[in-house]
Parts: sequence; C-alpha cells; structure tokens
Amino acid sequence: MEYKNTLTTCIYCGAGCQMFIETIDGRLTGVWPAKTSTISAGKMCIKGWNVTSFVDHPDRLKTPLIRKDGNLVEASWDEALTLIADKLGAIKKESGPDSIGILCSAKCTNEENYLMNKFARAVIGTNNIDHCARL
Amino acid sequence: MIEEIRKTVAERLNELDGVVALRRTNGSVAPYVFQKGDDLSELEITPKYPLMTVVSRLHKLFPTIRLGIVARGCDERAYVEMAKRNQIDPDRLFILGLACTAEEAQACYCGDPAPQHLVVGTKPAAGPPNPLVAKYDSMPLPERRAFWKQQFAKCIKCYGCRNICPECFCEACGMEDAAWVEPGLLAPIFPTFHLIRALHMASRCVACRECENTCPAHIPLTVLYDLMRRDMGDLMGYVPGADLKAQPPLSLTLEQAPLRQEAGH
Repeated sequence: MEYKNTLTTCIYCGAGCQMFIETIDGRLTGVWPAKTSTISAGKMCIKGWNVTSFVDHPDRLKTPLIRKDGNLVEASWDEALTLIADKLGAIKKESGPDSIGILCSAKCTNEENYLMNKFARAVIGTNNIDHCARL
Repeated sequence: MIEEIRKTVAERLNELDGVVALRRTNGSVAPYVFQKGDDLSELEITPKYPLMTVVSRLHKLFPTIRLGIVARGCDERAYVEMAKRNQIDPDRLFILGLACTAEEAQACYCGDPAPQHLVVGTKPAAGPPNPLVAKYDSMPLPERRAFWKQQFAKCIKCYGCRNICPECFCEACGMEDAAWVEPGLLAPIFPTFHLIRALHMASRCVACRECENTCPAHIPLTVLYDLMRRDMGDLMGYVPGADLKAQPPLSLTLEQAPLRQEAGH
C-alpha cells in the first residue's frame, strides 16, 4: 500500500492556494487543504476542493477536435496545429493582424503567458491580448 | 513529547501494517501512513488534520489492513462515531492517544482535550467555552436570526465545512440536492443550506472544529454545532464520541430514547 499526499498549487486562478492531492496506490482519493501554506492557510474555494475532478472525468478531451462537416472529430496534435497555423495565416493575410485576438489563462504559468504575449505581438503582430480573469 | 510518540509508533509498526499520523516533507505537513522502514523523524503532531478520514478510506479499500493512529481527543471521538456508522472497523485500529497542550485546548475551546486511550502526554485542563455561544444565548430570537443571516450571507458555498468533516460521509448529500438548495445562488439559500448540515450533525459532531478552521468566509460554524451538542446532551443524554456502546438517539425511536426534557432554549 502506497499512501501519498502531493503538495501542489491550485490551477484555477492566480491566488495560488496550496493543497495536497491524496493518492492511494496511484489512484486519486482526495484533496486536503494545506494548513502550513502561508498563502491559503488551510482554506480553499469550491474549485480548490474539486481540483482533481476533471482528471478521470469521462467527458475529458484526450485529443484535439476538428469540426468536419458540422461534427467535431478527434484529430492528432499535428493535424490540429497545422490547421490553426494555416487558418490564422490566411486570416492575417486577408484582414490584417488586428483581426485576431488572443486570450490567455490564469491556469498557465507565468512563462507560458509570456510566450503567448510574444506570440501575439511578435508572430501575429497585434496588441489584442487579454486575460481570462477579465472575461 | 514528540520523541516519545515517534518511539511508540516505531514499536507499534512491528505489529501493524501502518500508523496514520502527520509527516513533514519539504516544509509542509500533511496526513501520512507511516510504514516499517519510514523515517520517523519526519513525524509531526501539528497542525492537526481529521486523520480518521484517512483511516476510513484505507479500511474501505483494504479489508484486512491493520492500522494505528496518532489520535487527539477529537480524533478518538470521531473514531467512536465512525465505528457506529460502519465507516471504520474498530477491530483493525489501534489508538495511540496524544494529549493536546493547555494552549491548544484553550484555542479550540475544547471541553475534552485528551483521548481515553491516552499513551503520550497528560490531559490538560479543559478550554473555556466559546464566548460567542454565551453571547448568542443572550440574544432574543429576532437577533439570533439576524446574526445567522449576516454570517451565512458571507458563505461562498465551497462545501469545505462538509468536505473536511470526519463525520460527513453520506454518498448523496442534501446540500447538493436541488430540491432543498437551489443551484446557482450565492450566498446559498438561507437558512436551508447550513441547517441541513447542522441537523445531520446532531449526534455526530465531535467538536473537532475543522469546519470553522477551513471556512474561507470565517463563519463561526462551531457556535451552531456547540449548541447542537449541548441540546443532544440536555434532551437525549447523548454525548457524541464519548462512548462506543451508546446508541445514537437519532437511529432509535422516541420510545427507545425518550426526550429528557423540553428544550429550554
């Protein structure tokens, strides 16, 4: 029997509440608030308490989906990224870079958001970039 | 004191499959199941967690596992009420009782700050009663209603009070039933949301105070539960967590467990 509590930080917003993810023999069994955390001091909101609920959820997407003839069809990452690059390139060429907007996420790391900002300004060429907390 | 606990746990690990306690790793303390060969210098006793929940999960997953637990008074009381409701198997659990310090008893307003199976430490004086309970008692009814209305208006409906509670283990929860609690309302509907839990806690609440400690809205929930415990004692002569043999009155008929008196408050 292997009982583990893994310290982690909530993925849902930027507050940075800390919690332990409890696993028994590698299976998720619970979430404990981290009482020793100076950020959240043993408290969480409903998202924190349910932070693992998507992991084994039957509705969880495991591949990208591409809409073909009105239906969403499972696709490979290569296929999806190629399609996105082609379409973004075509839109930029036809309507200009400011016809494209980028939405970032508080669930990403600081570094990932930095890269998204570079992608918007240096690759696409637009200042249309915002953050999910203002949606 | 902590060295004494580590030594006792090490001895017990010769005959048990594991001992549920707290462990410090990378500066954080969390529940853990110590097994033979583990580094017992990592064992800690604060901050307290409702460790009986871990025992319950393990007893349900592993039908023959034999565990120990480093238990405070409230852990032992939780053990008593969980055993009565088939959440753990008392024959497969060894209680390694730990007394709280006088400061901890004071901070928790704890009336019974040491387990009956005391192994380490000496029982301190009981903490004082929560002064907010006396204040609440002196309020006339409309003021009490206004008090809870104001407190429950702060609720962000995180369900933390229910999730952290060692005695909240129903598979279907009334607090998630749309017939009682209209979905999508913040604060949740007054007073149904909190009173569903309060009523279900009658004869279950073991005064561990985890609900109040984990509440991000600082709602003084234990005032509600201290009063519920008091009424259970006054009306039914039942103290949750005190006696493994006493039957919870809410699982008996009124003929089997008649009321002792009318509610005086």
